[in-house]
Amino acid sequence: MAAPEFETPKIDEYPVIPRLQEGVMSHSRPFVAKADFQEKLGFPGELVDNWKEVAIEKMGELTGKYRSLQVFLDSCVKCGACTDKCHYYLGTSDPKNMPVARQDLFRKVYRRYHTLSGRLFPKLVGAEDLTEEVLDDWYSYFHQCSQCRRCSVYCPYGIDTAEISMAAREVMDAVGKGQKYCNEIIGKVHVIGNNLGLPEPALADTLEGLEEDVEEETGVAVRFPLDVEGAEVLLITPSADFFAEPHIDGLIGYAKVFHQAGISWTLSSYASEAANFGMFIGSYENMQKLAMRIRQAAIDLGVKRIVFGECGHAWRVAYSFLNTLAGPFDFLDPDYPVPQHVCEVTHGLIQEGKLVLDPSQNDDMVVTYHDSCNVARASRMGDRPGGQFEIPREIIKAVCNNYVDMPGYAIKEGTYCCGGGGGLLTDDLIELRVKGALPRMEALKNVVDDYGVTHMAAICAICKSQFSKVFPYYDFDMDQIVSLHQLVSNAIVLQPGDDNQACQEEGQAEAA
Amino acid sequence: MPVLTIVFAALFYVATVVLLAFTAYKIWGYAKTPAPLKIPTTPAPTTRLGVVFRMVKELTVFESLFKSSKWTWLFGWMFHFGLLLVLLRHLRYFTDPVWAWVVFLQPFGKYAAFMMLAGLAGLWARRILVDRVRYISAPSDHLMLLLLIAIGVTGALMTFVDHTDIVSLKAFILGLMVFNWSPMPNDLVLIVHLSLVILLMIIFPFSKLLHAPGVFFSPTRNQVDNPREKRHVADWANRLESS
Repeated sequence: MAAPEFETPKIDEYPVIPRLQEGVMSHSRPFVAKADFQEKLGFPGELVDNWKEVAIEKMGELTGKYRSLQVFLDSCVKCGACTDKCHYYLGTSDPKNMPVARQDLFRKVYRRYHTLSGRLFPKLVGAEDLTEEVLDDWYSYFHQCSQCRRCSVYCPYGIDTAEISMAAREVMDAVGKGQKYCNEIIGKVHVIGNNLGLPEPALADTLEGLEEDVEEETGVAVRFPLDVEGAEVLLITPSADFFAEPHIDGLIGYAKVFHQAGISWTLSSYASEAANFGMFIGSYENMQKLAMRIRQAAIDLGVKRIVFGECGHAWRVAYSFLNTLAGPFDFLDPDYPVPQHVCEVTHGLIQEGKLVLDPSQNDDMVVTYHDSCNVARASRMGDRPGGQFEIPREIIKAVCNNYVDMPGYAIKEGTYCCGGGGGLLTDDLIELRVKGALPRMEALKNVVDDYGVTHMAAICAICKSQFSKVFPYYDFDMDQIVSLHQLVSNAIVLQPGDDNQACQEEGQAEAA
Repeated sequence: MPVLTIVFAALFYVATVVLLAFTAYKIWGYAKTPAPLKIPTTPAPTTRLGVVFRMVKELTVFESLFKSSKWTWLFGWMFHFGLLLVLLRHLRYFTDPVWAWVVFLQPFGKYAAFMMLAGLAGLWARRILVDRVRYISAPSDHLMLLLLIAIGVTGALMTFVDHTDIVSLKAFILGLMVFNWSPMPNDLVLIVHLSLVILLMIIFPFSKLLHAPGVFFSPTRNQVDNPREKRHVADWANRLESS
């Protein structure tokens, strides 16, 4: 790849709201999906001749299907509360990256064709014809939204730009202008079962290799089972966990937790992907088709529980949508929520004293925690609101002696997206990704300077990949991003001889 | 019957019908459109009662807006709360005898006009002075503020400067309500005030003023966070499933 021709934004001491610079990101757009990938998902291969009519009709169909879309398009009063909330605006200064302006790209067309005021007085109410320029703008700027929902926290009507972006991408797919990255990946999952296109033999091989590595390192045979019928837990995890750093260290962490707790578990080669990119393109049908693989795997393997690994948007689809898309899950053990997050499992085991932990193993680190956007604002963990903030932090504090939070505006419900979420984690959008990471980099720099933070933990495959990639642009090291379960993995004290069938009741020996 | 009275009586009936019918139509549209997925902005309440609390906080103290922009919140709240008091005060022209609590509210409602106007002025200043807000403003966004300010100013003029014939006005309004018309006072400020109010009533269901009913239907605010406990399926999704 050619060297990127853009400047990495400077980190200010405290966050600054930039002045508008119109059009500076209009060139940023991802590769368009090729015809065969489009057609596999049931979309036209290329831009259809009557795309305007199709798009306008599709908009009408979507406002009739989604209350959110209809209410959000009508309700915005242009108060400006959201204008300084998007990390892409803060990082790029492009006004069309202000949430309301991004919505308006869609809203102005909706008004023109679907409202009385827009039909009669387009200029007055800011309605506009759908033209090729408008479609180009859509393609640029609806691929500069990571669907992180930060704007929706601050909107007095709860308008969520993610809903508009999803609708816009759905319309673009319907006219034959889909995005390569997302649509190729969805196609792979439909056929092979994961985003990487990793077939069963390769997956089995990888897991076998991991077993050897862990045994070599710890002297304990921690298993990484695949397609084991009758296991208690089906683990659904992002496929990045199978090969990339620091993801894979997280997977080792889950395995150690299950091992020490004596919970039998398995991965599935049929449903070997937690991420559901169907959400990114707003396609209910694709999202459901992907979700059904998980249901099928759970039935085929006869498991009692479904647990999800560390992945942000995946956890949104799992927590908020899975029951809707692929339920009911009445064939699973009713004593556990469906699905469970691996953090809920680990946290529960820590509470019950079933894990032997030595937090001093992480004494070489001062850790902070990045709340992944879709975990923070689109899901929950545990049985209380806000559990998604407390549970990961409590785990980290249990396995790590040095923990510091980033400034309040940048964590929990106000957390900034990593800059690569929502189907944007592709090299053709690297400028956007680097610039969009700015607010998180500022907050991180803050605790690095003030508290000597050395590492940032995350529970999302996209966040981890994104930070590995953009950290060097901001003079951090790529290995300063760690998986939360990597910290657990470091601290967990495995007892030799406990092979395969771990029983922990007696295993409370203090670690040296 | 003077022409003025006939024209305004007719306009009021038309405006009322437009306001009620089209707003009802929009509300019906929001209500019948399914929300196929659970999308509350979390952390969200896990019970219906919790959602009621969340909505009450949004509606009374603009909780989300408070989190985002203190100035917009301050001006917005001054305007809306001022408007509420002013509207309640106006009930005296629609009731005979006037309800005791409306009588009690009179002095508050009168001076609330200033709070309302100050809020509107602040909002307009932001719209003009803050480059981000200026960028997102369409002509209608400015005109809407102008319209509300003009209504407020003409109203305040009649309250504090140049009183209109309030007894005749009340007779006119009460007459409208029972289809037994009395003449409307021929007073320029009043004519402007009422014309603008009629315009506002007609614009309401076709404009961003739909945020008033819309906020009640916003799924990110009004949904209960319980997707794992309770399966949530929309009609059209159900059909998709069975096909």
